Amino acid sequence: MEKVIKLNGKKYEVPKGVGTVRQLLDHLDLSDRIAVIEKNQSIVPKGAYEEPVNDKDQIEIIHFVGGG
Amino acid sequence: MITIGNRTFRSRLLLGTGKYPSFEIQKEAVKVSGTEILTFAVRRMNIFEPSQPNFLEQLDLSAYTLLPNTAGAKTAEEAVRIAKLAKASGLCDMVKVEIIGCDRSLLPDPIETLRASEMLLEEGFIVLPYTSDDVVLARRLCELGAHAVMPGASPIGSGRGLINPLNLSLIIEQSDVPVIIDAGIGSPKDAAYAMELGADGILLNTAVSEAADPVKMAKAMKLAIEAGRLGFEAGRMPVRDYGVASSPMEGLVPN
Repeated sequence: MEKVIKLNGKKYEVPKGVGTVRQLLDHLDLSDRIAVIEKNQSIVPKGAYEEPVNDKDQIEIIHFVGGG
Repeated sequence: MITIGNRTFRSRLLLGTGKYPSFEIQKEAVKVSGTEILTFAVRRMNIFEPSQPNFLEQLDLSAYTLLPNTAGAKTAEEAVRIAKLAKASGLCDMVKVEIIGCDRSLLPDPIETLRASEMLLEEGFIVLPYTSDDVVLARRLCELGAHAVMPGASPIGSGRGLINPLNLSLIIEQSDVPVIIDAGIGSPKDAAYAMELGADGILLNTAVSEAADPVKMAKAMKLAIEAGRLGFEAGRMPVRDYGVASSPMEGLVPN
């Protein structure tokens, strides 16, 4: 079944073969970036990236930008 | 030396990382400033556009302490969410509480700032709240257990310098944690002035990043902060209403 999630506020069709947070990051080529993942308003700790990505999940990928 | 929470720093300059003309200039300005603490904002990654270079990812993270801010938050709950996201990076446990309560002046919301500070202290963060120059609020934050207080000199990015040095002095006098003057510093004289009042440190961004030569200004700020601190420690001469000659009145050469 096709999975559609909300990724950083936008609709996103999860490609086939992407079943976990880690696979999603790999697919987006973000695995070695400094980032924090939030799934359905809860932080996904670094050690828990094997958590599944399910249909209708809301995922936020957060990072640090310049600021004062 | 300035101690915040369980960490001690040689530099009394905390530097923001926004609005530099280029990465190269920013890198050089950070280096020249001698800062050991860099502030950052927490934002959604723009994953739908080609990846932009990220300043943080080019830093030697062992050389700097990261101080994420909660800019963008309007409530204590939003600030706590942002702080937790920042901490989950595993790169920091300090947070600058920044909750804007007025979009025009960018002055912080004192009530939400106090609430957020209390919540974050309970969560074990090292908490540095950015406030206006309110003396009573600063005292209440100290009583809560905030690890520093950070009153603004004037509105963020205004470069107006110290608009209420008396209040800043009162905050410095009453505080048993470091007082870091945050926001409004426009030029080296402002930084030196704040340090001469007895501030423990200065947090600034735009004064360097928007200078015509940010690298030179970073150096100027470093020196101004050091000079101001030395001046404070040395104890300035009294201010008098009339002139007092420096040269002796005895032994004048007769006409």
